[in-house]
Order: sequence, then structure tokens, then C-alpha cells
Amino acid sequence: MRNTDACLVVPLYNEATVVHDVVAAARATFPTVVVVDDGSSDDSAARAEAAGAIVVQHPINLGQGAALQTGIEVALRLPGIRYVVTFDADGQHQVADAEAMVARLRAGEADVVFGSRFLDDRTRPGALKRLVLRAAIAYTNLTTGVRLTDAHNGLRAFTREAAARLDVKQNRMAHASEIVEQVGRSGVRLVEHPVHILYTDYSRSKGQSVLNAINILTELLYR
Amino acid sequence: MLIKVLLLAAIALVVVLGMRAPSGARHLAMRRMALAGFALFAALSVVFPDAWNEAAGVVGVGRGTDLLLYGLIIAFLLSLVTMYRRHREMERRLTLLARRLAIDEAIGRFPPTAPAPPAPTAPPTPPTTTGDDRA
Repeated sequence: MRNTDACLVVPLYNEATVVHDVVAAARATFPTVVVVDDGSSDDSAARAEAAGAIVVQHPINLGQGAALQTGIEVALRLPGIRYVVTFDADGQHQVADAEAMVARLRAGEADVVFGSRFLDDRTRPGALKRLVLRAAIAYTNLTTGVRLTDAHNGLRAFTREAAARLDVKQNRMAHASEIVEQVGRSGVRLVEHPVHILYTDYSRSKGQSVLNAINILTELLYR
Repeated sequence: MLIKVLLLAAIALVVVLGMRAPSGARHLAMRRMALAGFALFAALSVVFPDAWNEAAGVVGVGRGTDLLLYGLIIAFLLSLVTMYRRHREMERRLTLLARRLAIDEAIGRFPPTAPAPPAPTAPPTPPTTTGDDRA
């Protein structure tokens, strides 16, 4: 089935080596892909465009959270879009997972579907990363009143209405917690969906240092 | 001993103040009053240099210069927190500006998105109305 009523939103920052393949693979399932180039210094934007994405370019680097909000706003302006999916540019997400999540929205099961690494045991992060992720989940559950098994997963699917309620103000890493918080507060129906995160050598080399947990906490406390 | 309580209370106050959302005009007025008070304090210190020694004796600090240093540290911390807050606010405005530029430019390049969405989907009002939340 062609998901012409769904739009993938992909924040992009210096991923020239992989973004073409990621966008091309995604477009086989989701023809509409909005890539938000967050001021990349390489030719990421040109490669995403060559792969057929609608590329929106931030004039300066603002951060992943800001790129997501921009992408969501663009997606909502596109004609005929009923579902918005956030998807990472580095190839760690599976298009099949995204498709399954949209299918659950389409079935009317929920308004928002969050991907979770921990609902099954396909994904294997390292021990330290696991510990930090667990702590992040505990913190998010505590402060947002939402019960989730994974707090910082970039794969999410929203109905148009749920996406329109988002207003991501955290430009950098704390946006994941903020999105959970806003979804929780808006009272829409929320489910989690087991997804597989591919920790390739490439994504590991680009990956977030666990020290980032400190940045996230600071940004959440000092808004 | 009294000085320890005072300093810890002041540090805690500064840290907590940083977390609260600044409340526009009231916040600005408080900042200006603090600045005026600071200037007055400085002038008084020049006129009555011995006052610091007496004040130091009251709160249990050896010399007036030490007390002065402690006070300066608190003032510096407060200034750091205030600057951080204003920096965040500035960043927020910059984000809205950059986003607006990016979207306008993209719509110019991708004409299919330019016309208003056709009938089936009701005209969506994108959540871009956050311009003046606390200007």
C-alpha cells in the first residue's frame, strides 16, 4: 500500500554519507519525505533532494528539536497529509516499523504512536547506554505522568490533529522529553510500538554521548 | 556560622530563581532595582569603609574584605543565571525567525505546497502562533 497520506519528517545534520540511501529507501514506502537540513556544512541537503525529499533548510544550525518542529509545520501544510512520522536520517530506524505505526493510527487505535526499543529484545544497546536510557525513562515518567518504556526514541507517528498540537521549544536534545510531556498533557490517545534500532558502526560513531543526559536534564530544569 | 546560613540560602535562591519563568515587566523592574541597590551599596562602601568590618563581625566573618568577596560571588552567580535565561529567550526568538525563513524559502522552491490545501482537508492553521509568548 502506498502511504500517500503520510509524511516522513527527517531532521538532518551532516549525514551526507547515508542520507541519500535512507531517503530513497523510505520513499519506496512513504512517497512524501520532508527533510529539514539543520544548517549542515556538508552536502547533505543536496543528497536528500537528489533522493526526492522536500528539503527545508534552516539558515543556521538550531538543533534537532527545532528541526523537528519546522518539519512538522511543513508537513501539516502539505495537501492531503493525515499522518506525520518523525524519522532519523542516520539509518537507525526501520521503514517497516514506521509503516506499522502508521497502520495502527489508520486503524484508529491511537492518535500518537511512540516507538520503543524495549518492548522486545531486538535492540541491544551497551550496558552504560542502557542505564542512562533507563534513568531517562524513569525521569520522563515521573515528570510527565505518561508511562512509557522508552523515552528518547526518534521514531514517532502522529495523526494530523495530534501533530498540530505540538510546539517543540527545546531546540536541542531535551525535545524528546518535551514531546512526551506535550502529548501527555494534550490528552490524546497514546500507544507504544516495538521498534528495532539498528546500532551500526556508523550510528555508533555519530551517537550521543551518555554525558548528554546532563545536558538534557539542565535544559529541562532551566527552560 | 551565621554567614554560612546566609550564603547557602542566597545560593539556593539564585539556583531556584533561574528555573522560574521570567515574568516580563516585573522581572525587568526587579533587575533594575537590584542594579540601583548595587550602585548604592558600592557608594556607601566607599564612604564608610569600616562598615564592612563591623558587618563582618556581626555575621561571623573575620574581615570586611572577606565578606565583600562572598557578596561578590553571590552577585556573580545571580548575573550568570540571569544571562543564561536571557540567552535562552534570545535563542527562542532566533529559532522562530530562522524557521519562518526556512519555511518561506521552501514554499518558494516547492510550488505544490504553495496553494492552500484543496477542499478535503480543512484549512489547517499551523501552530506558528507562538510569536509573542513573553516578549
